[in-house]
Amino acid sequence: MTMTAHDETRPGGTGSGARLGTTGGTGTSTTPTDPGRRDLIESMDRPHRGRAIKDHVARIVMWGSFVLAVVPLVWILWTVASNGFHMITTSLWWTGNQRNINTTDAGGGARHAIEGTLIQAGATAAIAVPIAILTAIYLVEYGRGRLARVISFMVDILSGVPSIVAALFIYAVWVTTFGIDRNGFAVSLSLVLLMIPTVTRSTEEMLKLVPNELREASYALGVPKWVTIVRVVLPTAFSGIVTGVLLGLARVMGETAPLLILGPYTKNFQRDLFNGNMPTLPTMINEDRSDFALSTAAERMWGAALTLIILVLLLNLAGRFIARRSAVAK
Amino acid sequence: MAKRIDVSDLNVYYGDFKAVEGVSMTVEPRSVTAFIGPSGCGKSTFLRTLNRMHEVTPGGRVEGKVMLDDQDLYAPSMDPVHVRRTVGMVFQRPNPFPTMSIFDNVAAGLRLNGVKSRSTLEGIVEKSLRGANLWNEVKDRLNKPGAGLSGGQQQRLCIARAIAVQPQVLLMDEPCSALDPISTLAIEELIIRLKSEYTIVIVTHNMQQAARVSDRTAFFNIKATGEPGRLIELDDTAKIFNNPSMKATEDYISGRFG
Ligand SMILES: Nc1ncnc2c1ncn2[C@@H]1O[C@H](COP(=O)(O)OP(=O)(O)OP(=O)(O)O)[C@@H](O)[C@H]1O
Ligand SMILES: [Mg+2]
Repeated sequence: MTMTAHDETRPGGTGSGARLGTTGGTGTSTTPTDPGRRDLIESMDRPHRGRAIKDHVARIVMWGSFVLAVVPLVWILWTVASNGFHMITTSLWWTGNQRNINTTDAGGGARHAIEGTLIQAGATAAIAVPIAILTAIYLVEYGRGRLARVISFMVDILSGVPSIVAALFIYAVWVTTFGIDRNGFAVSLSLVLLMIPTVTRSTEEMLKLVPNELREASYALGVPKWVTIVRVVLPTAFSGIVTGVLLGLARVMGETAPLLILGPYTKNFQRDLFNGNMPTLPTMINEDRSDFALSTAAERMWGAALTLIILVLLLNLAGRFIARRSAVAK
Repeated sequence: MAKRIDVSDLNVYYGDFKAVEGVSMTVEPRSVTAFIGPSGCGKSTFLRTLNRMHEVTPGGRVEGKVMLDDQDLYAPSMDPVHVRRTVGMVFQRPNPFPTMSIFDNVAAGLRLNGVKSRSTLEGIVEKSLRGANLWNEVKDRLNKPGAGLSGGQQQRLCIARAIAVQPQVLLMDEPCSALDPISTLAIEELIIRLKSEYTIVIVTHNMQQAARVSDRTAFFNIKATGEPGRLIELDDTAKIFNNPSMKATEDYISGRFG
């Protein structure tokens, strides 16, 4: 670019290209003090200043939103941790149950509820994860046309179903239609309904992130499509899929409505999914919440809440660890 | 090992859009054939019909005939997976598998097709990496991720990966366009070396490259956007560059195009 071309570019002009090489057409000279050049300098300055201001505003808005989001989080964590801390530091908490402990009695254990929550979550994941991942693989790798659109639409609908509706649906099928007693497995079935759409969607996103070039590279080696999916696509998306599964699991572990409807609380150890009431952390929290005025019950409630948060946190950490281990050693 | 490709009256479509029309050509075994032509004239599209990669694109279909020696690639009984084992491909952008080590990348084609024996794999990996001129640079870090190599090394890794499955034909779509001049030179030397064993087809925008590496050159052109691309002429590289029979070829080569 020559000086002349720059000089003749004014704000609102049609660009310098067309005028390149015309000399003296508009009568501007190239001395640094002439008005044309000052115009130019200002016009270069102005949008720059505007950008700086926009940048500043955006920065403030972003930090503001961040703080707004973090304050309640820290607040909740602090409240739960400070209230529940001394409860979970007793060894009985991790070994005992609530048998023969009345609301006015202090202490007791939460192991029965921890076990119940983990068992139900495990059963839920065992059913939901394969279905969700296979659905996502179908939608991303194979799905074309009408069937894929219908399935995708169904997944959307399912993800909008409130947990209490999922619970009532299972109740209608499990108890009303088949006449089976409420139990932990019925809870898991309703949680499956809640977990499938979230895991399907997150897995889909992760599979879409795998570059098409990798699939083509594999096909070009004469590798069949399904082997490509199993050996190239899934490993590439693995850490993302695991993260999605664990986030989905963490979400359903905190669900309460299905547990109240399908698997009421009991104070005893109960590890059998197919044998009536089953204690879990959310239902334990709910149980003690009903006598919140009593400090003995309130303490247990905070303890159970903190335990649930810790379980979810451990789940996330485990997920990250697995994801890191699986990636090729850097 | 190397095989001859015979294409007759090939039309290539994306859905209803005809991208390439009426191509007939013969690609000689143990030689390098370069495809040149303006952007959008269908070089990549046509190249991808030679190992049935075109049909991986939704809506992609082909009319006409492609013969590999006496095998009809588009015969109903022909398995595209088998075709791709015979006709390998190297892409414009290096695309090693990110989850795999250097060793696993080269072994991928064999392993994913069921070869398990470690010693067989080791032998073929070393041979392929030597063949791709990469062995000395990576022999001490075969277990490091393939994505950790430089772009030029990655591209040679992809060539090693392609030749590890021992194809008859090697298709390369602008294999050097993402590389610096030194890596480009390394790959050009490699191509010249590989042609003693393989039939090689290379798409390039670099005329000097076509002149340097290829024995024969095919010029593709397109009348206007939206029209299908056509093969204008295919001849010995020296003839195409010095004395082409078609005016369009001469215009393109001398830069008087468009
Ligand atoms: N996936 C696709 N779907 C629809 N049309 C496509 C697709 N890929 C390419 N085309 C069209 O096919 C025609 C040929 O494209 P192609 O990529 O083969 O050109 P090319 O000669 O390789 O160009 P370049 O030199 O830029 O790589 C173009 O008109 C292009 O727009
Ligand atoms: Mg191309």
